[in-house]
This record gives sequence, structure tokens and C-alpha cells, in this order.
Amino acid sequence: MILSRKWLNEFVDGVSVSDISDKAFSDAMTLSGSKVETVEDQGAEFKNVVVGRILSMEKHPNSDHMWIVQVDVGEEEPVQICTGAWNVHVGDLVPVARHNSLLPGGHKITKGKLRGVVSMGMLCGLSELGLEVRDFPYGEIKAAAILGDYHVLPGEKPSIPEDVQPGLRIYGKVYTAKVLSCETVAYSTYKLTVDWGKGEKELTTNCANIHEGDMICVDTKSGEVLTLAGLHAQQKEFPNCIEDGIFILNEEGAKPGDAIPAVLGLDDHVVEFEITPNRPDCLGVIGLAREAAVTFGKELKLHTPQVEGCGDSILDYADVDILDGDLCPRYCGRLVRNVKIGPSPKWMRERLRASGVRPINNIVDITNYVMLEYGQPMHSFDFSCVEGQHINVRRAYPGEKMTTLDGKPHELNENMLVIADEVKPVCIAGVMGGENSEITDSTTTVFFESANFNGVSVRKTAMALGTRTESSARYEKGLDPMNTMPAVQRACELVEMLGCGDVVDGIIDVVAQDFTPTLVKLEPKKINGLLGTEFTREEMLPILKQLGFLLIEDDMLVVPSWRGDVEHYSDIAEEIARFTGYDNLPITLMKGETTRGGLTRKQAAEKLLGTVARSQGFNEIMSYSFISPSYYNKIRLPEDSPLRNSIRILNPLGEDTSIMRTTALPSMLETLARNYSHHNLTAKLYELARVYFPTDREDGLAREEQVISMGAYSPMLDFFRFKGFVESVFEAFGITGVACTAEKKDPTWHPGRTAVLSINGKRIGIMGQIHPRVTKNYNMDVPVFCAQIDFAAVLEAQPEIIVYQPLPKFPAVERDIAVVCDKTLPVAALEDCIRRGGKGLVREIKLFDVYTGKPIPEDKKSVAFALKLRHDERTLTDAEADEDVKSVLALLESELGAVLR
Amino acid sequence: MREQLAKIREEALKAIRETAAANNLDAVRVKYLGKKGELTAVLKQMGKLPAEERPVIGQIANEVRAALTEAVAEQSKRLTEAALEAKLAAEEVDVTIPGKRMALGHKHPITKVIDEITDIFVGMGFNVAEGPEVELAAYNFTKLNTEEGHPGREWTDTFYITPGKDDPKNDAVLLRSQTSPMQIRTMETRKPPIRIIAPGRVYRKDEADATHSPMFHQIEGMVVDKGITMADLKGTLNEVVKSLYGEDAKTRFRPHHFPFTEPSCEVDVQCFECHGKGCSVCKGEGWIEVLGAGMIHPKVLEGCNIDTDVYSGWAFGMGVERLAMMRYGINNLKLCFENDVRFLEQF
Repeated sequence: MILSRKWLNEFVDGVSVSDISDKAFSDAMTLSGSKVETVEDQGAEFKNVVVGRILSMEKHPNSDHMWIVQVDVGEEEPVQICTGAWNVHVGDLVPVARHNSLLPGGHKITKGKLRGVVSMGMLCGLSELGLEVRDFPYGEIKAAAILGDYHVLPGEKPSIPEDVQPGLRIYGKVYTAKVLSCETVAYSTYKLTVDWGKGEKELTTNCANIHEGDMICVDTKSGEVLTLAGLHAQQKEFPNCIEDGIFILNEEGAKPGDAIPAVLGLDDHVVEFEITPNRPDCLGVIGLAREAAVTFGKELKLHTPQVEGCGDSILDYADVDILDGDLCPRYCGRLVRNVKIGPSPKWMRERLRASGVRPINNIVDITNYVMLEYGQPMHSFDFSCVEGQHINVRRAYPGEKMTTLDGKPHELNENMLVIADEVKPVCIAGVMGGENSEITDSTTTVFFESANFNGVSVRKTAMALGTRTESSARYEKGLDPMNTMPAVQRACELVEMLGCGDVVDGIIDVVAQDFTPTLVKLEPKKINGLLGTEFTREEMLPILKQLGFLLIEDDMLVVPSWRGDVEHYSDIAEEIARFTGYDNLPITLMKGETTRGGLTRKQAAEKLLGTVARSQGFNEIMSYSFISPSYYNKIRLPEDSPLRNSIRILNPLGEDTSIMRTTALPSMLETLARNYSHHNLTAKLYELARVYFPTDREDGLAREEQVISMGAYSPMLDFFRFKGFVESVFEAFGITGVACTAEKKDPTWHPGRTAVLSINGKRIGIMGQIHPRVTKNYNMDVPVFCAQIDFAAVLEAQPEIIVYQPLPKFPAVERDIAVVCDKTLPVAALEDCIRRGGKGLVREIKLFDVYTGKPIPEDKKSVAFALKLRHDERTLTDAEADEDVKSVLALLESELGAVLR
Repeated sequence: MREQLAKIREEALKAIRETAAANNLDAVRVKYLGKKGELTAVLKQMGKLPAEERPVIGQIANEVRAALTEAVAEQSKRLTEAALEAKLAAEEVDVTIPGKRMALGHKHPITKVIDEITDIFVGMGFNVAEGPEVELAAYNFTKLNTEEGHPGREWTDTFYITPGKDDPKNDAVLLRSQTSPMQIRTMETRKPPIRIIAPGRVYRKDEADATHSPMFHQIEGMVVDKGITMADLKGTLNEVVKSLYGEDAKTRFRPHHFPFTEPSCEVDVQCFECHGKGCSVCKGEGWIEVLGAGMIHPKVLEGCNIDTDVYSGWAFGMGVERLAMMRYGINNLKLCFENDVRFLEQF
């Protein structure tokens, strides 16, 4: 919401720019709950731009289209300025950007020479002032075709002779004529005396580009001066006869030297607020004025609109029925006859423009003005376009069509509310009017609508049609049904004030829902309990009364109709806090029972995981929880894998983020692939990732689990190095006894370099190299290693307590053994055999060599272990140690066929 | 013989002093002092001397032996020291060459911020609560006083898993759009006093761009106890802001609106870049919004069967990404989810 501070002055005294600076105003409003986004001093865009009066003009000696003008800028000496515009006449008041001046958009103007002639600045048109014709409709320029400007188009024969003389007949009664004199008789009105070859003629024109000596074309019958259109000429043929030029001022009281922003009303200070959705009342000047009045302790001056009326009765013209009262609680309307469409007055245009709304014409401007002032959107439509007298507020018929004012055709459905005559819809309720009943220059009868619509319905309709408007943005927050009547009255009051029509007596007011005011008990104790304050009832009441609350029956508050957000004592507490100042509330530290804070075992484990992963060089990543279904194909997940049963998002942003992942592996591979494509030589990544599984739970919620996801590629990496990282994670958690079994069939993983991890026979994860077919799917051609480990299983296996084992008192005996066995026999099987084979003295088994090649037979390998044997109570003898080793070797041979090398 | 001994002494001492290596020294020692050495050879001829000369010559011979032995020891020490010097000189390295590191991994900036804030609150006696990301509309909206028709419930704003069956406003399943459902889940399962924070992932239907992401993180915080007031909320959050931004950090509590708190506020921190003057970091405002908070709406408490005549509470919610971006000067949110190691390794 953009607020003009000038407009605000109409409702609150003592808050003008001269009373309170923009900064102080913004700070105070922000702290009372109306957050200021930006403040703009519109006049600050101008510097040294003043009103000037044209004293004299002469043609530029070195240019066929420029003028040298002497301008009175309120100083003793006039200034000389060169201009290319043709619509200037002696006596005109014009905006002058003097030497060292500033124009909107940061344009700096300095003196200079134009074709050898000094120019002390620039005369300005509307666009240089940051304006357009709609802002100052009187500034529109009509241009005559000046024959001296005629240029033959390349390749064409001239249609006007170069030495054209007065009296040449162009067509019909149109003749060429020479201007003998040109006199400004009123604003933009010129009396000409012309010689048309057959005598002199006096005529009046609005064409602003005519000067003495010009050759023009005149319709001798109508006395009209011909424009390019009249001559059926192209702009290219008359390059300087354009409907643009200097903005000739027509402002009462303006005199040379006056600052342009003040003269044109461009000196407002405008404040843009971020209004929270619970306060649609603040989407109007009056609502903000009420906030400002309470914030600054000033009085709010409200005005009750007065409408004279012209007699007659609206009931003879129209009646309204609300057929769908759930979507339209209230509908007010009034009729205006004898409408004269034209520009609205300057003060209205100024306020609209300051509020960011473009002026259009008086009727449309009035509806916009009332919307800005009251926060109540209004609609006006040309009543002559209404077929029949009967207006229905109803749901649209399925497939019903209507084109809105912006020219967009829409197909409507039964969820959308329309205002319809007996035949067709003329307006989509709260969103936008129909093109079929648009106010045009020829409109003579206007119906003003001021209605209350269901906010949710308006929002959904606007969204469905892709047409969000100032009106729908207000309606969707739920407006005050009591505001429709004052708003339509205000609109009619303005019609009478502007003299742009006759307001027919009588008001249509159809009410489809009862309104009972909300009552809230004033409970100072509860309010203080929430705020931590000790305000008395007497301190609270004035604030509430200023905000429009009424006190009845001693402690019952009647909530004002525009405060739909207030319904509870906590809401009252907020009002008190807002206007005593949040910053003035006391600051205390919580009393009450102390609580034992801290992390759960799981939360601590999460931190530990991060620590150990990072200590091994793994960087933490954050990946999206949703993935594309095609990712399952990318990792070659079997068609019948239960992991393909994912939770699907009904309204995803796109296919790529449409299902909740059941595995974190694709996210990891995507991330590795992205790093690879970014030419990062090495990437070692981890994530404690959530995965989501559908369930048959009654409430439909998911089973959400956490997975330790690790992934890496690097020239320094091989299977065992990566496996070492995974083992370190287990070590950090104090977990021993993780078994690895070769996994040869999972199509995601390398058939020879993948291990399923398990504890006590229960699978807890998988690790290894990703299948080259999968890495190829990710456009990677390096070995990629990953691990996926169930975090809950790790947590379960983590010992809760650590028990210290005494250090050995007696020395160990070391024995190395090397056995020859089948090449395919896993080392883990040998180790297991060694562990079981001894007679209780083997304490450590350490693999130190695996050898294939001569002299070992081709299908065999040699595996060497270093064993440590020890007795807890005494020093071992060699014989005892040898006995154990012998027993180990016997079992290796009998069970696995592994023989001592 | 005297002359012989004198000559040996002179020659030997010279030879000893001139040896440059330990093994050479040994050879010299053997040459003069060894069993077959020159000195021994001379002494072997002692028998041929007249008896009266023997003691004299013997004494001279012993003196020569002693002198040579001492010289050898001295030279040996000198050589050892020289050898060590030479070894140390040879071992010299360029200490400015970088060390051989095992690269350390880095915490994601989002986790860094979450951990930092979690630590602050845990230190204040808070627990960390966790809950489902696939959530019921009842918890994400209804029980948080967010009625039907609220824009947040729209399918354009929130991701839905099921549209709901008998009672869509409650039994629809969705991806939580805020961490606030953790308020309800906590109050339904625990009795006051409650002090929790709940960091976690949340989801909103925003296309990913420099400042938006369909998945991001929030931290919810909540206290429910007897006599908890807005003044307590200010006190606690002031402490938190000071922990995050330093003792000099200034806060501003500004009225705002959330359906599930009343009164509600937003908390701004005075811009640490310009100290309130207005700059590009704070977009000229002088203040930076860091979180939303308020007193838990009594209706919400009552919905969780908490007696509002006895208990009250406050809650806050903050966006982690915004905080991380501000803290580390990250100008594009997408970087946080692209996970380029060159980005990750900066934290």
C-alpha cells in the first residue's frame, strides 16, 4: 500500500512532512505495526526546474526546425534557450530545466551550444518530467501539417510543389494558406489570419505548432486546419509536425520562477507499507490514518459523504438480486445519469499518481480514488450496456465466457462469482469488469458497484484466471461489509463535487448475510499476563477507543467492523502492546522450573558422524528430499525393487522433484556428477540423509528414516581406501563385528567390488564401487565409491557404555603364517577359521600379504597373517604358542583346504 | 731409538690430525698403535737396548702412546661432531613448503548455522525436538489456528501427498511448510514445562532461484510454562541475538502477524555493516529481519489441552538459509544445494 502523506493530512492534523520527518514517521509507523518498506520524496527528483514565460522567439539561423527563445524565469534577465519544439508561442508558461538542473531518472541538464547558439538549459515536455498525457490530459498536443516541413519520401513524386503558394487546391474545399498572424486567445487556442489565395480568412484552431509565415492547409468550408491525418500524410513526410513537444502549463497562479514540483503537485512524500494479511483495513488511506492518529496521539478526522441527488429513483432503472449469498454477503449500488466523461481534476489526479495509480477519466478515477481512500474496491459500468433492469450476483455457468477490461477472454466456471445482467456477465466479482460494459468517452449512465465478496472465492477466481488486480488483492483478505455503503456514497459525492453527472436518488443495498459485531471481554489481568506488564484498565481504554473499540456493560468491548482480525483477549493484548510500544515492554529472563537441556543419544550420534566423516576429508552436502522417478532407472534399480514404491507429490514443481526419495544414493551420485562436470578433481561427500517410505498407517504418514550416505571419486582412491573410511565410521561409534559379504548381483554396484555390511547377520548397509554402467548414466568415467548405511542400525549397534580392558601384563609371542588356498576364498573366511582354530591364545590376527603368481599355482593364492598369541596370567613358552598355531593350521587345512606354504 | 720414537710421535700426531673420516682415523690408529703398529714394532726392539736405557725409553714410549691415544680420542670426537654437523646440514628442508595434509572435510553452512543456534539454546536448557516432514494438514495448519481458505494451504503454495478423505482440512497429507507443527506435536506428547527448539527441513512451492528454494530449513523454538510473558520472549531472544551477533548487537521488536501467535512480532537486528545508518546489506533500512515470534495463541494452547489460566508460552521461527546467506555473504541460495566442493570447502 502506497500512502501519500499529503492525502494523510486530510484525516490527521500534525503529521505532515513539516511536523514529522519521513524517517521519524516511518520508524514510528513501523514500530506500531505498519511496516514501512520505502519512503520517497517525489520532489527530490527535481532540481532547478522552474516555470518560465516565453518572451520572444526567433528562428535558429543554422537550423530549419529550431527556435531560439528568450524566457523569463522570474529573474531580472531572461535566459536564452534553444528548442526544437514547435508548439511554443510567445506568452506561454513552460517548464524550464535551467543550467545545472536535475530531472527525474537522474538526468542532469547543463548549458551548451546548439549549432553555435548558446542554450542555458532546456524546455521540458511531459516525458522529461516523468509524466504522461494521462497525468495532465490538457497537455495533449495537436499538430497541424506545416507544408514547410514537407519531405518527399525516397522514390516517390512530390505531392506538394516545393514553391507552393497560397490558394492551391488540395482536394474538395481544402486549400493551401499562408499564416499572416497567430495569436494565442486562450490556453491552447489560437486565432489565425490566413491568406488562402482568394482573400484573407480568420479561423480558430487548437493546433499548437503554427506560427506566422507558416504555410498550412485549410478546409475553407469548415474553417479547420488540417493535420497529418486530414491530409492522409505519413509522419515521415512531416518529421517535425509531431503530437509532442513542450508541456505548456495551464496551472492557476503559476508564475515565472516557481519550482515545478510544487506547481505540478510532484512534491508529495509517498510511503510504501508492507501490510500484513490480517489488516486489509490498512489498504486504504483512512485505515492508515487511524493507525497514524493513534501512533502519534492525534485526532482522526473522518468525513461522512453527503449526496444531494437529482430526484428520480434507482428502482425505476435497476434492481439487484444476490443469488449466491455465501460468496456475496452484501451488494450496494447507485446510478448516475447525464455523465460527462472527461479528465478528473488536478488534485484527484495528483493523489492517484502519488498512490501509484494512473489517472484514466473522471468516473474510473473516482472508483480508484474511493478504493484508495476507503480500502473498498469499487466498480463502475456503463449502464446502457446492461440488458434488462435486472442485475444478478451469481455463480458463473460452466463454460460461460467473458472478456475482461484488459482485453483477455476468459472461460468461467461455477466456482466463480459474476455480476450479470439478464443475458450475460458484465463483471467478474471482485476481480475485473467486462469489456462489454466498459466506461468509454460516450458513456452517459454509470452504475457504481460497492460490494462485499467472499475473500477466498475472489482469490481463487483471480488465481484461476491469472488476473490479480488491486481489487482482488484487497478482497482476498476479507473486507469489512460495513464499508460498502460509505464507499458508494463517497463515489457519488465525488461525482457531484466534480460535476460529472447527476446522481439518481435511492441506493441499492442487498444484504445476504447478517453481521453481528464481535464482542471481546476486556481482561486487563490476562492481557498483562501475556505481556509481562502492569497496565491498568484506564491506561488500556484510551488506546482501544481511539482504535474504534466501544466499551459496553463495563468490561465488554465491541470490535469495530473493520477489525475482523480481533476476536480474542490476546488480540486486545497486541493492540495494547503495539501502541505502548513493543520496545517499551519489559525484558525479563524466564522464571519457572529449570529444564535439563541437551541432546538425545541420537542427536549426539548425528554430530559424531559428522565429526568422523569430516576428519577423513568428507564434505557435508545438502540434497533435495524429492527426486525424479527416472533417478531409479539411472541407478539401475530393478523394476521389482520395493524402493521404487515412493511417496508421490500430487502437485510437484516438476517431474524432477516429484517423488520423495527412498534411497539417498541418486542424490549423492547427482552431486558427485555435478562436481565432476565442474572439473573438480576430487570429491568426498557425506550426508545424513532422510528417506521416506509409504506405509499403511491410518493417518497416511510416511516412515522416515536416516541413511549415512557417503560418496567419493578421486585419483587417489581405491576400494580398500574407501572401505577404510567406512570402517573408521564404525570405529568412531565403537562398533566392532561388522561383517562384509561380497555382493555380486546388485545392478547398481560393481559385481566384484561391493560388500554388503551386516551386524550379527542383519544387513545394515552396502558399500563399494558403483557399477560403471551407472556412472556412465551420470556422465562420469572414473571409479566412484559409495556407501549407504542405515543410521538407526548404527545407533543400535553403538555400545551404550565402554568398559576398560586391562593392559596385558605378559608379553605376546608373534608368529607369521602363510597359507596357500583357493584364489576365490575370502580372507574373512580364513580369519574366521584362525580365530576359531587356536586354543584360546590367539589375540590378534593381522593380514599382511596376499600373493598370486609363481611359484603359487594359478588357481591358488598365498595369504599371510601375523598372529599375536598371549596368555593373560603368565609368559607363554614357544612350545605353547606353536601348539596353538599348529591347531590353527590343522583347522585351516581341514576346513578350507588351506595349507602352510 | 729415541729419535725413532720422536719421529713416530710427530708423524702419528700429524696423521691423526689430518684424518677427515672416522674409518681413516681407525686405520691411522692401527698403523701406529695396533699390535702390528709402528709403536709396537719399536717397543719390540726394547730388548736390544742396554738395561739402563730401557726404563727411560719405556717411559718415553708410554708418553708417546698416551699422547697418540689422546690425540685419536680428540680427533674422533671432532670428527663425530663434524659428521653430525654435516648430516644436519644435509637434512635441511625448506620449511616454507606446505605440509602434506590429509584434507579435512567441512560442515555445510546450513548445518553450521543450525549447530550454532542449537548450542545456544541447549545451553539455556532447551531440548531438540524432531518430527515428520511428511505431515498432516491438521498439524501444519488447523491446530496452528490457520483456517481453511488461508493462502498457505493452497496447492500453489504447499506440496500435497494426498488431498485428504473425510476431512481434507485436517487429514490431507502434505510436506510441512514450516517447522511450527513441532509446537503441536511437542505439546501433545509432553507436559509443561516445555523448552524445545526444532530445526528441520520445510517445503514450499517456490521455484529455485537466488533467494528461493522449494526445500529449505527453519528452526522453531518454543517455551510453555507457568507465567511466561512477552517480556520473557524479549529477554531470551535478546540473549540469543547477542550470542549470534556479539554483545553489542541491538534488536528491535516490531509488531507483525502470524496466525498461531498473538501478540506477534518480527525481530530485527541492527545492521552489523552500517550500524543502523542504512546500507546495501540492510537495503537502506538500518535493520535486518532475523525471525518471527510471539506469544503462542491461547487457542493453540487450548487445542493441545493446555490450561491457559495456568500456562502460557512463546514461540519463534527463523529461516536458516537467510541467516547463513547473511552470515557468510552467500549471494545465491542455489549454491547451498549445488554442493560444489569449492563452495563447501569454504566453511
